[in-house]
Amino acid sequence: MLRYLITRVGLVVPSFFGLTLLTFAMIRLIPGDPVEVLAGERGMSPERHAEMMARLGLDQPVLTQYATYLGNLLSGDFGISIVTRTSVLEEFLTLFPATIELSVAAITIAVAIGLPAGILAAVRRRSVLDHGVMAVSLTGYSMPIFWWGLILILVFSVELGLTPVSGRISAFFWVEPVTGFLLIDSLLSDEAGAFGSALHHLVLPSIVLSTLPLAVIARMTRSAMLEVLGEDYIRTARAKGLGAGRVIGLHALRNALIPVVTVIGLQMGVLLAGAILTETIFAWPGIGKWLVESIHRRDYPALQGGILLVASTVIMINLMVDLLYGLLNPRIRHQR
Amino acid sequence: MASSTRASATSAEAAPPPHPLVEAWHYFRQNRGAVIGLVVIIAIALVALGADLIAPHSPIAQDRGALLLPPVWDDGGTWRYPLGTDDIGRDMLSRLIHGARLSMLIGVIAVTLSLATGLTLGLVAGYVGGMVDLVIMRLMDVMLALPALLLAIVVAAILGPGLFNVMIAVAIVVLPHYARLTRASVLAELPRDYVTASRVAGAGHLRLMVLVILPNCMAPLIVQATLGFSTAILDAAALGFLGLGAQPPTPEWGTMLSSSLQFLQRAPWVVTFPGLAILITVLAFNLLGDGLRDALDPRLKR
Repeated sequence: MLRYLITRVGLVVPSFFGLTLLTFAMIRLIPGDPVEVLAGERGMSPERHAEMMARLGLDQPVLTQYATYLGNLLSGDFGISIVTRTSVLEEFLTLFPATIELSVAAITIAVAIGLPAGILAAVRRRSVLDHGVMAVSLTGYSMPIFWWGLILILVFSVELGLTPVSGRISAFFWVEPVTGFLLIDSLLSDEAGAFGSALHHLVLPSIVLSTLPLAVIARMTRSAMLEVLGEDYIRTARAKGLGAGRVIGLHALRNALIPVVTVIGLQMGVLLAGAILTETIFAWPGIGKWLVESIHRRDYPALQGGILLVASTVIMINLMVDLLYGLLNPRIRHQR
Repeated sequence: MASSTRASATSAEAAPPPHPLVEAWHYFRQNRGAVIGLVVIIAIALVALGADLIAPHSPIAQDRGALLLPPVWDDGGTWRYPLGTDDIGRDMLSRLIHGARLSMLIGVIAVTLSLATGLTLGLVAGYVGGMVDLVIMRLMDVMLALPALLLAIVVAAILGPGLFNVMIAVAIVVLPHYARLTRASVLAELPRDYVTASRVAGAGHLRLMVLVILPNCMAPLIVQATLGFSTAILDAAALGFLGLGAQPPTPEWGTMLSSSLQFLQRAPWVVTFPGLAILITVLAFNLLGDGLRDALDPRLKR
């Protein structure tokens, strides 16, 4: 296991290295040099331009610049946003809990519905139920999320008036940010009804965000279950006279869950990106909405730092999923 | 009775094995969803090709007297604009028809670009091996570590918005999948006897790579390319929705959706129809891709 751990963690290092190269190159690939980008529409005299280039270290050789960039990153300096003049890391950390809250709610819904649906479809293979689950999940898999969100708003918020249209909590409440997770903070605060309001705001966005992972988890669970149900030991268990519930729930599910757990973990990374669209539709103040706004405001340092931070988070999540997979499945960690 | 079974058994053995394509079609035809997907795609492709002939109006012609007209089955709708009009009086149906052309074009170009590049990279990485393999595949890993839409946004931000840049952005995003698939297939084929035989017979590297090995790696790539259409159309629409894709007045479905957002409540049809068009097209490609996978993947054949 230790050897597996070391090799797997070792693989992450070049990924991070490549990632920093990408974000470093990105800001230089955008048309115009960074100072012109900083100056924006206003323009700048040649002297001031040269002075700014020197101050930002842009007159140095590219390799030196990259070394400086890496050094800054290692000391926790992810750049300064042009628009808000605050540190990118600080902005990221302020907004990140909102995205995590949304993603966790979405993955909870996806697992709670997708897992049983996949198991049922596999057990009742080729039944109406199986075809129904597969049809619905393929539709969910093909869904343009931004449109789906709008349709749900139209039905549940506009027509039925059941859910709020946007935001994280009603404007009537003021909740002291302690953890950044509104569901927790609203419970800690004295405001009566704040928790209900936060939960109310969370329902529709998390359903929208859960659509894609739900479809993937249902499909994956079904195929993993089908594979396991065809194994000899399942036949043996049945032949021993064990009840269907015990065979499926205990013998089959345990082994089928191994690949499913991986898929669920990998979906967490997908969710962070999927949140870009969901947050934009619901005006959810998280990382996704922030990144899109940074592009539109031409706030390239924020975009550069934000992408690096989001991608690093995804790499770390994937690493943890892989390690967990190795822990669950001995066959993986003994390969090579 | 017994003799007739034996007779039919021997005649079945004697018959030559069907051509692989005939066999694949046989399996494909049994999958009803896949056939429906294929029919829908052919229909959309025909609409896309004949857009100028089929569309009742120009996609950018504005009718000042018919702003936000509802579809024909709603009160106030007319047959002149069967699916209603948008906020500046353009015919929704004509815009959707021309949008089909753009979506298919995005799919074709993005898939071709990514397939060509990914295939070359994967082929070289798998065949050459060593340092070349290491560098190419690590680069692909980094690209895969970035969430797809995020990477597409980065590329679109660098290149600037626009239809062609969207195709490039989408192509770059899916490129690593083709590279990995090709490399894996090449590594599986390399130790086979037929490859050794060709090498001993004096085939050069290029001939070995392109003419000997590549044709045997195509099945998973065809499936991936079909599914790539749906990813390309979906991602391009998402970029259009975020304002980073095709710019108005281009009748791209995602762009149409985002530019009529503020009319969601007053005129739901301006948002509903482009989204439905995206959903149906993407669903059709996913159905086709699933069917092709079952038909072409020998492991799943029974």
